[in-house]
Amino acid sequence: MAGDGELLVWRRRTRARELLVWAGWLLGVSLFIFCWQTIAANTTWYFVADAPRVAADIGDRMVPPKWSYAAKLWGPLWDTINIATLGTILSVLLATPIAFLAATNTTPSTRFVRPLALLIIVSSRSINSLIWGLLLVTIIGPGVVAGIFAITFRSIGFVAKLLYEAIEEIDQRQVEAIAATGANGGQVITFAIWPQILPAFAGTSVFRWDINIRESTVLGLVGAGGIGLELQASINIVAWQQVSVILLAILSTVIVSEWVSAKVRHAVI
Amino acid sequence: MTDTPFDARTWRPPGLIRSSLWRWLLAVTVAIYLASALGSLEINWLRIGQGLGRGVTFLAAFATPDFVTHWRDISEGLAESLTMTGAATVIGIALSLPIGLGAARNIAPMPVYLFCRGVVALSRSFQEVILAIFFVAMFGFGPFAGLVTLSVATIGFFGKLLAEEIEAMDPVQAEAVQATGAGWLQWIDYAVTPQVMPRIIGLSLYRLDINFRESAVVGIVGGGGIGATLNTAFDRYEFETAAAILLIIIGIVMLSEYLSGLIRARVQ
Repeated sequence: MAGDGELLVWRRRTRARELLVWAGWLLGVSLFIFCWQTIAANTTWYFVADAPRVAADIGDRMVPPKWSYAAKLWGPLWDTINIATLGTILSVLLATPIAFLAATNTTPSTRFVRPLALLIIVSSRSINSLIWGLLLVTIIGPGVVAGIFAITFRSIGFVAKLLYEAIEEIDQRQVEAIAATGANGGQVITFAIWPQILPAFAGTSVFRWDINIRESTVLGLVGAGGIGLELQASINIVAWQQVSVILLAILSTVIVSEWVSAKVRHAVI
Repeated sequence: MTDTPFDARTWRPPGLIRSSLWRWLLAVTVAIYLASALGSLEINWLRIGQGLGRGVTFLAAFATPDFVTHWRDISEGLAESLTMTGAATVIGIALSLPIGLGAARNIAPMPVYLFCRGVVALSRSFQEVILAIFFVAMFGFGPFAGLVTLSVATIGFFGKLLAEEIEAMDPVQAEAVQATGAGWLQWIDYAVTPQVMPRIIGLSLYRLDINFRESAVVGIVGGGGIGATLNTAFDRYEFETAAAILLIIIGIVMLSEYLSGLIRARVQ
């Protein structure tokens, strides 16, 4: 503080801004306290206090993993990979036209078609694949097929969003050049737009496939097939030694898929 | 394309994979995989046929969503989800700030770096739902388990991205502040924080968004929130209520995406 106005101390912000920042903090902190109290009111604190003991107990029961159980996991693991892969392929096929309808420079109508495409994208993105799974299991019954469609519906929005952003960023001069040769709409897309978004297309697909492997490992919890079914079953019969084997299997699958996706993306982009 | 005057078949836009050998090999592998994958699917066409009618009913339910009948359950679940989201984002980010600092190679000494990277890797290795199953087993049913789940998941996400941002910062500014004789905390406060602050705000908003979406999921395994309500609605085939809940989720996600877009545009 500048005692008698001679010594001025540097300040990062002006008075008004400082007040604004403090007001922001006050608002944030009170919001947090409100949230915390709402949750605390709905919590049985006895269980929370008891948690370390329970955790130690579960940890105790999980080791040693029941390795013989691992042999039974190949089938579910194959299903899991299929759910992720087929779901990704299907979603990419469906997302590509939606992306072209959503991009401002390729959409047939900014007024009618684009908002519809964006609505599809945001709906698909805001609903988690597990909820899609829950929904599809109710509609078409439990199994791998429900899982594939759950992954598909969740991924359409993701793939279409990244793809339409890539389409909007293309070099418009190439499109003009191809159009100047007398190419029709389809030819412009194949020869001017498609080659430009191909790396983004491949990168996005592989990236989503990697995420989908992760997500398909838990789809079984709602009955949509894959290794999650085994997880659910083992938890239900409190077979923690099987649970640890399943978790290790999931972890190694995820690590492998992450490695594959990183390699492919590195090669493409 | 075939009726163009020149032979269009001889020229094609360059493909992603240049070598034709690899392209063929890849095509054959994909074909074999697809055949075996599709072959291993057990499709119960009868059940799917029955389900399609139900699917139409469900889609129709979106036209007539029922917010009223179970409004108490919906609003309770929603309140739980929103408070869980808010508290978990704050706690998660507060915990991941030191971890993010520690996981940045250009700031932290080796032992701290390894420890913090370990924490990040551990919390990133499992899906939110799997974490939720464990926390529900530990803390019992209810929003507390969900809160812990989302906080832990936030640490992995936020810590990793923050560390990457710090590692990519401009070392010249950091050096300049260090040269003034600033202490470590002052150095962090005046050299590091201003450089990563826009990213921290952007990421916080993004994580808030993710946490809300995930809060709908932890409820399925007993972690409290709107997911439990949704699960019950599906179990009882109350599609109108389920549609209402899904519409609310979509609406909130859209709103928060719009708001965070506004804030991010101001900050960056």
